[in-house]
Parts: sequence; C-alpha cells; structure tokens
Amino acid sequence: MSHLKTAMITAMIGATALTASPLMAKDLRIALQSDADVLDPDQSRTFVGRIVYASMCDKLVDITPDLEIIPQLATSWETSEDGTAITMQLREGVVFHDGTPFNAEAVAANIERSQTLDESRRKSELKSITSTEVTGEFEIVLNLAGPDATLLAQLADRAGMMVSPTAAAAAGADFGLNPVCSGAFSFTERVAQDKIVLTKFDDYWNADAINFDSVTFLPIPDTTVRLANLQSGDIDMLERLAATDLTQANDDADIVVDSAVSLGYQGITFNINNGPRGDNPWGNDKRLRQALSYAIDREALNQVVFEGAFAPGNQSFPSTSPWYNQSFPVEPRDIDKAKALLAEAGFADGLELEVQVPNSTEPLAVMQVVQAMAAEAGIDIKLTSKEFATLLADQSAGDYTASQIGWSGRVDPDGNNHQFVTTDGGINDSKYSNPEMDELMNAARVAPSTEERKALYDQAMAIMMEDLNRVFLYHVNWIWAYNASLKGFTPYPDGMIRLENVTWEE
Amino acid sequence: MLPFLLRRILIAMPTIVIISVMVFALQHLLPGDPILVLAGEERDPEVLEALREKYRLNDPIPVQYLAWVGNALQGDLGVSLRTNQPVTELMAEKLPVTIQLAIMSMIFALVIGIPAGILSAVKKGTATDYVANVVALSGLTLPNFWLGIMLILLVSVNWQLLPASGYVPPSEDFWQSIRTMLMPSFVLGTALAATLMRHTRSSMIGVLSADYVRTARAKGLAERVVILKHALRNALTPIVTLTALLFGELVAGAVLTEQIFTIPGFGKLVVDAVFNRDYAVVQGIVLVTAVGFIFMNLFADAMYYVLNPRLRGQ
Repeated sequence: MSHLKTAMITAMIGATALTASPLMAKDLRIALQSDADVLDPDQSRTFVGRIVYASMCDKLVDITPDLEIIPQLATSWETSEDGTAITMQLREGVVFHDGTPFNAEAVAANIERSQTLDESRRKSELKSITSTEVTGEFEIVLNLAGPDATLLAQLADRAGMMVSPTAAAAAGADFGLNPVCSGAFSFTERVAQDKIVLTKFDDYWNADAINFDSVTFLPIPDTTVRLANLQSGDIDMLERLAATDLTQANDDADIVVDSAVSLGYQGITFNINNGPRGDNPWGNDKRLRQALSYAIDREALNQVVFEGAFAPGNQSFPSTSPWYNQSFPVEPRDIDKAKALLAEAGFADGLELEVQVPNSTEPLAVMQVVQAMAAEAGIDIKLTSKEFATLLADQSAGDYTASQIGWSGRVDPDGNNHQFVTTDGGINDSKYSNPEMDELMNAARVAPSTEERKALYDQAMAIMMEDLNRVFLYHVNWIWAYNASLKGFTPYPDGMIRLENVTWEE
Repeated sequence: MLPFLLRRILIAMPTIVIISVMVFALQHLLPGDPILVLAGEERDPEVLEALREKYRLNDPIPVQYLAWVGNALQGDLGVSLRTNQPVTELMAEKLPVTIQLAIMSMIFALVIGIPAGILSAVKKGTATDYVANVVALSGLTLPNFWLGIMLILLVSVNWQLLPASGYVPPSEDFWQSIRTMLMPSFVLGTALAATLMRHTRSSMIGVLSADYVRTARAKGLAERVVILKHALRNALTPIVTLTALLFGELVAGAVLTEQIFTIPGFGKLVVDAVFNRDYAVVQGIVLVTAVGFIFMNLFADAMYYVLNPRLRGQ
C-alpha cells in the first residue's frame, strides 16, 4: 500500500514536472559587478548599463559572436557608391514600450537627440551623419560627411539604440529615470545600488524568443558574494566571475561556466609627449619600451594572476579577433634582447620606471608580477598606486610616466586604436604623434571594404609594435556563471547577456 | 528640560555650518575630476565642457558653496552626477534601509552586550568573567567582512537557511525583510555588543562597590533586586551615551557590512559617491548624518534626565 502510494505520488510529481518543464516562464535574476549609471542610452557610459540595455533597448543593428553586423530594427541597409549615404529598411510592426510606433520618423528623432542633447555622450560616435531623410514610413537615408566604415558598428551599440521619441521629448534629460525603448523587456523599477527590474514586453516583435516574465539585475560588487548567491540559488546568473573563483564554480555540478575573450585590452600606456613629464628616457626612446615588452612573460603573467583564464596579448586586439595581425604573434620572453636594447639605449646598468596603477587587487597583482619580471632585465619598476579618479586625472593632464590602464574594447577596430594613437585623438594621453600612423588610421576609417581596412590596420599594427606608446599585456575573458537549469546562453565577445532563446528547464 | 535642549540645539548650529564647509572644501581638495570620471571612456572635450558648465564646476568654489547652501536651505540638495536622481530622493530611499539595519543591529548588541556585561561584573574574577571577556574581545577583533563572508558560506550556501545578500523592504514582505537583514545585523551587532559589554562591565563594577549598594544589601534586599534595580540604573548612564553614539555611527553607514551583504544603505552610497566624485551626494549624506549624530547626542542628554533624577534640578 505504502509503496503504491509513493509510486503514485512520484508519478504525479513527474507528470507535473513534465507539463511544466520545457518553457516554464520565470523571473530571471542576474548579478552585475556594479550598479549601472543613468539609464539613458544617449547619456550612459558604464559597461553594466549596456548589459541592462541588451534586454531593454533594441538597436538598429546587432552583432554576431564573430563580430559581423546583422539586422535588428533595421532589416537591411545599402551604402551608396561614393559611401556618403546609407539607406536603411526598417522593421515593420515594432512598437515602443509606451505604444509609440517605431518608424523612420522615430529613427530620425533618435539620431537628432543623440547629436543635439546637451548631455549626449554619443555625439562623436555619430559625427559623420550630416542629415537624415525619411524616404518612406520604413525607409530612412543617413547622409554622411564622407565614407565612414565605423558607423554601422556604432549603430550596433548605444548610438543605435532606439528610444521612444514621445517619451524622450517629454522627459528631456531626465529620460533615464524612466526609460522607454522597444526591447524585449520594459523598465519597471529601479532602486539605486539594489536592483533594476524589467518586465516582459508582450508586444515585442520577437516575443516568441523570450522565455522569462521578468528580469532583475542586482549589483553585487564582491565576487565571492556574487558566487555565494549563485550557489545558494538567490540568483540565476552572474557576470564577471573572478578568475580565482573558477575552480570553485567548475566543481559545482549545479553551475555552468561560459566565457568569451573580450574586445578590449589591458596594458601600460606611456607618456611620450604629454607635457614636461613626457620628456624622460621612457618617453623619448622607444628601445626602452621595447625592452620592457621583451622582459615580460605574458603567458606566465596570465597563469600567475589569472590562473590562465585570460588571454595573453601583445596587440590592441586579442589573437582571436579577425583584425589581429598574425605576423606579430605573442612572443616568448627574451631577457637577453631586453638587456641588449637597454644597453643600446645607453642604460646597460638598468634604469627606473615609475608606473601608476589603480589601487585595486587585480591591477596591483599584474603590475607586481611585471615588476618582478622587469627587474631581471635591469628595469626597476616603482609602482605608484592611485585611486582610479586620481589616476585618470593625472594621466589626462600628463602628470605621469607610465600608467597601467585598459580599454573595454569596441566592435569596430577603429575604436581600439584611432583615439589612442592619432595626433588629435581624444584619449591619446601619450600625446603620441606619427604622421604615418595618422594617415593609416584615417584611411582605415573610410576604406570601403573589410579587406582594405584589414591591410591598413596590419600596417598600422606593425608601427604600433615598433613605437609602443601602449605596451599590451593581456585581454580579459568575460566569464559568466549560471544555474545549470538555464539553457541556450551564447557568450559574446562584447560581454553582453542576450536573452533571446534562452530558456529555463528545471 | 526644554531650555536645556534649546540651548543644546543652538550650540549645534555652528557645528553643522562648519561641517558643511569642511566637507565642501575637502571634496574639492581631492585630486581627480568628477567630469572625467563621469565621462568614463568617452572623453569628448566639448561634452566635458558642457557638463562642467551644467554642474557649475567652472565657478569659483565659494560661489559653488553658496549656491549649494542656498538650495539646501530650500530642501534641494542637488542631483547625483551619476544617475541624475535628486539627492533627497536617493537618501529617502536609503535612510529606511540604514535605519532598519541600525535598529536590528542595536537589538543584537543590547541583548547580548548588556546581560553579558552585568554577568561578568557580578561574577568578576570567575571563569564566567574570563570567558565573557575572551568572547567580547573576539567580537571586537574579528573583521566584519570576514565574519560576513563566513556566515554567507555557512548559512546560505551550505545550509541554505537565509538569503545570501540583498535587501527586501519590510513593506513588501516583512518576514523576508527580517530574514535578509538577520546576518548583516548579527555581524554588526556582535561587534557593538563587545564594546557595550566591556563598558557595562566596568561601569557595573564601579557601582557595585558603592556605599548605597552595600546599604541595599544590608537592608536584606534580594541580590537580584540590588543588581537590577539599584546598581544597574546608575551604571546605565554612560551606557546610554555610548549606545546613542554607536547608533549614530550605524546610521552614518556600515560600509564593509553593506558591501558584503549588498545592502543599499548610506555607507555604500557615500563610498561609491566619493569614488565617483559625486559631490552633491557626498555633501547631502554628510550633512544629514551630521545632523543625525547631533540629534542622537541630544537624545542621550534627554535620556540622562529620565534616568538620573539628580540632573533634573539643574
């Protein structure tokens, strides 16, 4: 009797589980490393903010994991012969979260807002667009000042995110307090430093691919606590698992770990000509910078600090990128060559190098390993640990010799280079200037085909490897950890979490 | 009592003014540019300039200060550079969280600290006293972040008894709110309990050797009555001050504990704001916590009146 009862109950539970299982709607909880800033695509600047947008705000175009541009709100596009106009066909039947229809007028209003709003951070990204022409309800022409190969990649990020023109006009610069876009989830609630709650948008054009009723983003800064929350079941997914927690996460059968090499880089930026402090041996003689580069064992650095979870790097792109220059692979350490270069530059007895470094655990650990490696070549690195805001201000003002700093990376190769190495580049804190480099970088911006652009970046990379105003060290891997019940997640090199076709199967 | 309190409030006024000037000046002395931090990776010089203009950062510092005071007097503490949210709104969001954490921590501290202090004073020199002292010392020296992480790993990950971190408002789900706050308030409370225990102990030891306690015993009163009614009441005066000050500290924010348990309270808000050079937020919070501190001191003074009849004549 009792056996029969147990069997019956088991069967019943099994049946319930079966009927409920495949596409059980669920409230997804995702832990972020920090809190997002203002939730207005035109004003925001944080990485975690972009993760929230990936669920809330659709863009004109999106990328594949291999960085190809694919349709999202624009279904197709064509560039004119001379490269000065792009005609876009737009998706029909799309509405914003407030019911405003999405059409060519809305796109025009969005581009105008990005270009003219006082607080907009998107101005330089869309600088090449001189005007827009609405040529049909779902057709728009973007007129450009000249050919711009980087524009589509910009439209695959915040500059291409479409916000409701009605809501934007009403809220002005305060739009971020109650953002209205056209993505899979709409904004419900935000408590600063606590949570951002989004609810499934029933009229989403691709609603069938969305399997969650809501998604809540929780900023949990401490990596150990983030993982503890995942293990205790309080959250379903986390981004940026610490490399040092990998073993623990991998040992847990209920947790899946996924990763992708990021688009960005970490390295050491040198002051070449930024104010009087640029006039020092390190800024004046590229052989010294080359010597430092030869003195570093990048593979060992990755193993020691990151347990081998990241990617050693020597260029502004990771070696997995289609833009990586294969003629310059990551070389093994060559201490003799480093010493020879130092001697050639007149410092056979070695010399000192002051490097400023952000005062958090990882950058300090990285630089301590580099310090030990460089010491063997005779380079005596002095580390000056600074709080990040101070480091940034000093670097921008030229009050530094070398700075350990990184870049989060962009889809288009231009984003990882142009502004750092061209004479008037906005973030060229080295004040590095080389007419040949300027020419190559500007040519790569307007070159019509990918092949031509690749050839130009290959040439530029050869010069960068020689001049080394930035000595590259490694590329971060985005590491996600999530509950094993979560299925269908695809890691992207941009570090975003795309929830289309992701399901929850108990 | 009223004139006494009024006098104290008047004395507090210049303190508040001095604090606001100091916070303002110190922030601007900090290296680092709020607009550069705000800009992040996109440093377009034109946009940076527009932002400086918008937040009046190009004005001379005294002008900025006066503008801020003018607005603050009208209840407007400015907006956060980072999220555009009004500072008053941010604080209205955080204050209940911090107060809930402070109250729950205080309950832990008082319930553990005072009885332990009494016990160890009464049993001075015995094994009980030594054990209580060792426990109190450990409570003081164990770092909050360590104890916090250990508790999370044990209670949440291994036993799955309580939520690992986060915050639920009591209005949304009262019991869940208490459950979420249990671990952080225990961590904070035990550290405070140690301080309270040590002070209660020394204060009680002083009082227990006083003449009137001997008289009370000589009258043949039960030991319980002597300790709880006669000795404790007098020994409590310094403890009340201490409790009020500790509570003020809790309201100012328990940064590490809030960070570990991801509680969106004052401490985390102000630390993030300092790192982001979010001037308006830092100023607003420091002003409000300073006022809170002064208020807690006043409250302690008022409590003396209640507890100590001798002061009432003054």
